[in-house]
Amino acid sequence: MSEQDFRAHWWAAVASVTRLVGDLATAEDAVQDACLAALVQWPAESVPDNPRAWLIGVARHKALDRIRRDARRAEKEAAAVREWAKPGPPQPGGPVGDDQLALIFMCCHPALDPATRVALTLRSVCGLSTAEVAAVLLVGEPAMARRLTRAKHKIRDAGIPMRVPAAEALPGRLDAVLRVIYLVFTEGHKTSTGPALVRGDLCDAAIDLARNLAALLPGEPEVIGLLALLLLTDARRAARTDAAGDLVLLEDQDRTRWNQAMIDEGEALLERALRNGRPGRYQLHAAIAACHSTTRRAAETDWRQIALLYGELIRYEPTPVIEANRAIAVAMAEGPAAGLVILDALGHHPQIGRWPQYHLARADLLRRLGRDTDARDTYRTALQLDPSVAERTFIAKRLTQLEP
Amino acid sequence: MMKYLFLLHSPHGPSTDPDSAEYADNVAAYGAMQNQMIEAGVLIDCQPLYPVSASTTVRVRDGEAILTDGPAAEIKEQVGGYIVVECADLDEALKWATMVPAAQDGWVEVRPVIPVGKPA
Repeated sequence: MSEQDFRAHWWAAVASVTRLVGDLATAEDAVQDACLAALVQWPAESVPDNPRAWLIGVARHKALDRIRRDARRAEKEAAAVREWAKPGPPQPGGPVGDDQLALIFMCCHPALDPATRVALTLRSVCGLSTAEVAAVLLVGEPAMARRLTRAKHKIRDAGIPMRVPAAEALPGRLDAVLRVIYLVFTEGHKTSTGPALVRGDLCDAAIDLARNLAALLPGEPEVIGLLALLLLTDARRAARTDAAGDLVLLEDQDRTRWNQAMIDEGEALLERALRNGRPGRYQLHAAIAACHSTTRRAAETDWRQIALLYGELIRYEPTPVIEANRAIAVAMAEGPAAGLVILDALGHHPQIGRWPQYHLARADLLRRLGRDTDARDTYRTALQLDPSVAERTFIAKRLTQLEP
Repeated sequence: MMKYLFLLHSPHGPSTDPDSAEYADNVAAYGAMQNQMIEAGVLIDCQPLYPVSASTTVRVRDGEAILTDGPAAEIKEQVGGYIVVECADLDEALKWATMVPAAQDGWVEVRPVIPVGKPA
């Protein structure tokens, strides 16, 4: 029995207690206390038939105890607090699922800084400890603790509601939630620094989030599209690094090491999402990922189709990064020269020049065009832009191959 | 219900010449906004402020009031007015903040007001 065992119930428990007491920080502390109590009681007695209900029940009691204790400490506020803690029938509220949805919308509220939304979701929804959140987001633990506390205070003081937004605001607010889940995943997926295991944890957390959200909002194709995208991408996890832990490019990956069960599930979900006839960026990203997943050998990849999908994606996500990805697909479909034209046209963009992957892509096309000197210079430019450890190793390999 | 203070910043605010058409437009825009807020029952107070050149800053040190002519800090951006609304939550307050004319060319800072009871 460990804290890991409670993570599956964390979201529901924090949501339920926050609904009861109206304060996220109090709710989290109470759920934490309930988990600690379970660590002692369950092995000594027996695991309850419904562990989630047990945790929620104990956490609700502990939260009300906490409020009463605080009330005694600050008599002035007692009258108001007694209202809160009045014993009586349990708060009506809807099913726990509604509270869970409301909680994630609160944690991903646009009035919070985007980086804070990610941290808060990892802590309050996924149940990572403050130390774990700090580790995965590469922030010191005291700084992360302060950031989380500030966020919870802002939610309370500014009156950020725990509510599923009304229909007219839902698309924009849902997009903010999906963005956070996607960021959690990419934090885990990009092999930059940190122990690899923690990172895999993060991918799992994102997939769990997307899976739960898809169950709570079955009529939203973009939620299902996001879940499909994460499954299709994560299916390649084992093949993405070699024995030495170095990055393996998609074209060089051993496709027999891809997780077929995840691919099958991802494809089925994507089909289900697309049947709604409401495409969006996550469904398109998933469609692109599916193009790769369904291809047995890299040489058989349908790059023409992928280039078309990127072209469609630009309508939803008009960024130079997407255009650069389209260029790579065009290069594969029509040859490196055609791709280089698109990449070079992006060169004036102020952000793209600072993106190491842009220079990596350009260098690769130059190399394939036999322009070795230009390719070497471009790899060196990428090297100066602080690429990840894996990319650094990859660039070093390429530079050795290109030695005159 | 919660109270929110909107701090209105209009660095390139409209003309202060009361005879200009722009001035009249601005007055009309704020008038329309206020009417909507009153109708919705959220408006507590809404006033423009004189420029900071009319400010006096007060500090009490060792029991003595020290007055300074002007604002406390020399900052370029000035608060040009304020609105106090009473709303259910931040979402409602933010909805109203987007309707403040100052948000169009400047910005509106939404500050939650700490509820403290008035002395009896």
